Amino acid sequence: MFEQSISTLAQKLRNKDISSVELTRHFLARIAKLDPQLNSYITVSEQRALEQAAAADTLLQNGKGSSLTGIPIAHKDLFCTQGTLTTCGSKMLNNFIPPYESTVTSRFQQAGAVMLGKTNMDEFAMGSSNENSFYGAVKNPWNLDMVPGGSSGGSAAAVAAGLAVAATGTDTGGSIRQPASFCGITGLKPTYGRVSRFGMIAYASSLDQGGPMAKSAEDCAHLMQAMAGFDDKDSTSAEQAVDDYVANLNAPLTGLKIGLPKEYFGEGLDSAVADVIMTAVKEFEKLGATVKEISLPNLQLSIPSYYVIAPSEASSNLSRFDGVRFGHRCDDPKDLLDMYMRSRAEGFGTEVQKRIMVGTYALSEGYYDAYYLKAQKIRRLIKEDFVKALEEVDVIMGPVAPTTAFGLGSKTSDPVAMYLEDIYTLSVNLAGIPAMSVPAGFANGMPVGLQVMGNYFAEAKLLNVAHQYQQHTDWHLQTPTMAKGA
Amino acid sequence: MSIDKQDVQKIAHLARLALTEEDADQYQHSLSSILSLVEQMQSIDTDGVEPLSNPLEMTQRLREDLVTEENRRDAFLANAPQTEAGLFLVPKVID
Repeated sequence: MFEQSISTLAQKLRNKDISSVELTRHFLARIAKLDPQLNSYITVSEQRALEQAAAADTLLQNGKGSSLTGIPIAHKDLFCTQGTLTTCGSKMLNNFIPPYESTVTSRFQQAGAVMLGKTNMDEFAMGSSNENSFYGAVKNPWNLDMVPGGSSGGSAAAVAAGLAVAATGTDTGGSIRQPASFCGITGLKPTYGRVSRFGMIAYASSLDQGGPMAKSAEDCAHLMQAMAGFDDKDSTSAEQAVDDYVANLNAPLTGLKIGLPKEYFGEGLDSAVADVIMTAVKEFEKLGATVKEISLPNLQLSIPSYYVIAPSEASSNLSRFDGVRFGHRCDDPKDLLDMYMRSRAEGFGTEVQKRIMVGTYALSEGYYDAYYLKAQKIRRLIKEDFVKALEEVDVIMGPVAPTTAFGLGSKTSDPVAMYLEDIYTLSVNLAGIPAMSVPAGFANGMPVGLQVMGNYFAEAKLLNVAHQYQQHTDWHLQTPTMAKGA
Repeated sequence: MSIDKQDVQKIAHLARLALTEEDADQYQHSLSSILSLVEQMQSIDTDGVEPLSNPLEMTQRLREDLVTEENRRDAFLANAPQTEAGLFLVPKVID
């Protein structure tokens, strides 16, 4: 049952072949049995889930509800959920019970979805391996010695292992796409402003964007339908009509123009990953697409630009954690300054402190122009590369990451090596365009994600492209061995 | 680009992070390597390029200056480490 799609499960719920309470219990039992191996959940909200499931069953019995009514999903633990612990992967928030609900989780509630719990993540969404969580690393269901990617690693591992039908994630520099790639699931980072950031604990406000993580593009389309849309509680929410993502899935791909940026296939790309990507591109040619080489000349600059802009915005956003109104406070502060300094030093982990300090430095007197302003100018060059390329092609394809999932602990000693892993994902956030990771095969025994990037607000096109590919391939239907036993 | 231990302590103070000597050693190394990484920006000619702060280049939306939220003082105080008489309690600031 855990392997079935949202539309199949919705049909079963509607036909009363199964109730939402039964379905929810099925997933809760799988979590209890399998999650000790993965650590993909920080909180399992069993009571809330069963109450929501019972409410969904009532709606369904009255012939009401949407395609998500009664479907058990999980939320990344940075979406504030009223009355349910929300930690953001940090010791700083290990006792934080939000007094309000994020717009994203509230929309899922209104759609009748069931919340199974909150998934593990890199602390404050800072990381590419999920090893920066105060609640312990998450393991990759395809190989328990490997990382699941990050920062939405808990969501990716939970979906891959069938511990939730689908999950939410957030993506500031690749945090939906890279774990989706590493765990063999489908993930979408929408256009900046498409999904409300209200109630999402902020990392870098000009880059952060929530999105769906699921087994297939079709499932992602169902989630996006609920998530997307204008929200007056988010001052950067886009006032743009929402497309019908599900209805658009079946458009044929004849004449689709695909661009392959030569910078995505250069030095540093694992040759086995490159082979998988090129095989996927050939599949699109069979479906009637044409392929041409393009160039995104400033790709390499996305790393320095991102690692100035994101830490700068983080240093500002995370100044709210001061031990006064919520979060960790040190014992016996001798004065206000001592309270700030020790509460923050004790509450934040190493990676978070490091990024706060990089940002503080970049924004400090005398350095602002050389760092933050310079990075924002380069950001415009990166955006212009995409705008120009997308005048010539409909979508851009390439790998999500240069390698498949790496070993736990193998990159923790060198922060710069870990940052370089983000080379293919950061530029998308800097430009603000949407992009997906679509399972495209295996290399070195681990899943490989194909990245599909598109123009502003072209989520429907991306989901259509991914869905058509998934109608002709079965990479998204593969299940890790550890998930099959229960 | 490398920074010394004194720079690290200065940045940490600005960021309100209490560092031990040992922490400062570790951060001196990692911050230096990150700052070297971002240094490559300086060789790029960006004369005449406008900085991009919002990818959609939207302007700030304004709303009527009206109260839209209800008073939920107790709910918001519930997460505070220390409160008294409906207020957040902090260590003594003025003698």
